[in-house]
Amino acid sequence: MTSTHSYSEADPGTAVIVEQLTRRFNNGPPVLNRLDLAIAPGEFVALLGHSGSGKSTLLRTLAGLDPVTDGAVTRPRKVSVVFQEHRLLPWKRVWKNIVLGQEDKGIRQRAETVLEEVGLSHRSNAWPLTLSGGEAQRAALARALVREPAFLMLDEPFAALDALTRLKMQKLVADLWKKHGCAVLLVTHDVDEALLLADRAVVLERGRIRVDVPITIPRPRRHADPGFEGLRSLLLDALGVHTA
Amino acid sequence: MSDAITLTGLYKTAESRGKTQSLRALVSSIRRYMSPVALVCLWQVACSLGVLSTRLVASPIQIVVTGWTLVHDGTLPFNLGVSLLRAGSGLGVAITLGVVLALISGLSRIGEDVVDAPLQVLRTLPALALVPLFILWFGIGETPKILLVALGATFPIYLNLHKGIRSIDPKLVEMASTLGLSRWQTIRDVFLPGALPDFLTGLRYAVGVSWLMLVVAEQVNAESGIGHMMMDAQDFLRTDIILVGLLVYGVLGLISDQIVRFLESTLLAWRPDGRKGRKA
Repeated sequence: MTSTHSYSEADPGTAVIVEQLTRRFNNGPPVLNRLDLAIAPGEFVALLGHSGSGKSTLLRTLAGLDPVTDGAVTRPRKVSVVFQEHRLLPWKRVWKNIVLGQEDKGIRQRAETVLEEVGLSHRSNAWPLTLSGGEAQRAALARALVREPAFLMLDEPFAALDALTRLKMQKLVADLWKKHGCAVLLVTHDVDEALLLADRAVVLERGRIRVDVPITIPRPRRHADPGFEGLRSLLLDALGVHTA
Repeated sequence: MSDAITLTGLYKTAESRGKTQSLRALVSSIRRYMSPVALVCLWQVACSLGVLSTRLVASPIQIVVTGWTLVHDGTLPFNLGVSLLRAGSGLGVAITLGVVLALISGLSRIGEDVVDAPLQVLRTLPALALVPLFILWFGIGETPKILLVALGATFPIYLNLHKGIRSIDPKLVEMASTLGLSRWQTIRDVFLPGALPDFLTGLRYAVGVSWLMLVVAEQVNAESGIGHMMMDAQDFLRTDIILVGLLVYGVLGLISDQIVRFLESTLLAWRPDGRKGRKA
């Protein structure tokens, strides 16, 4: 599926490097246009942009779901993805979903440990269809973390959750990132979410990076932090939403 | 004020309503069974009075007595065993064949082109029309009977499982690939369990078809089996034996349906209650 000549997997701990990545579908206009992006180990990057700006294509390419046809991508071998939908197998109990594809002896213990981390140990034996939206997304997060990824991709993971659950999940992700220290790429529509969580915000427009700004506000951050104001209007402006 | 009175009135009746409801359910279930029982009684009376000739149809009491005799002299158990073996082997062949073909055509585009088209053509043929050809090809032993059952039962298994595999959410397959599952692991953990509900629906149809094919196979050319027992009885005008055979077929159909239902409720325990055991 992936053309290996332009797609390499770096040793664990190496940053993600995207070089001159171009992607077209059916000879249409490029969805990604000679894109360059680097993510340092342990760095939390938020990727913003309108629908059709190429966010999802970039994430799918990094996840290995979309082939690299033009350009080069370097990424750690151990990566995990959390999608907007939880994508749990309804016919496997929660803990078996967490360790899906892993077949050694200690899997049950590992599943329990990571479920504890995301606060879901009481639902370990539940069927996925009985979980609430927030619980299912916690399980998806646990499934991503149990593989100890060096690079974690989050594709609008909170978009389908209600506002209160979303706040809890953002806090959870912040805590887990602090603990695991993996590089994170968070695709989101929510400027406030990006400001709350990320070290750096990248705005994508028509397959190219339009804005790339560091977010230096000290952690732990709160939604109402006045330091957000300047960055928020900068990012909203880049997204074509004029607040002033 | 009058509102408050109405409400307390409602609460009082709510307590006694439980009893009335269960009583009503009992009456309605009795009423459901009453009409078949009445029909059987009427049938018995008509036979006893000589209105219905026993050459046309035996009386219910006669059927019970004959059934008992057939069980005691070993005729019924022997023939039942033979029939069950045929249906079981035929169904076994059908499940194996149906699953293999559905996997081939469900999991690859080339496989679908090669396998699906001829099967869709064959499916439109009434399987029973192949009886003369099967006797010519395979003689009159066990082979044509088992193959006839297998032929009829393969299609519902294949069609439903194929549909089940094709309708698996591609997002789940994508997820399996990001988790690094091998092709075999994806088939085992994603495709097969995901298509299981459809497979079981197909299995229930297949079981029904098996009995149908068996009846025909055993009545056309056989030396044993329930169908043969019935055809033999026809020569001696023994309507009681024929009716015992019919009764056995009916009970077999019911039992096999219950077995598939039981499989559905155990294997599909992951479904929310509302979707469990849906009607086929």
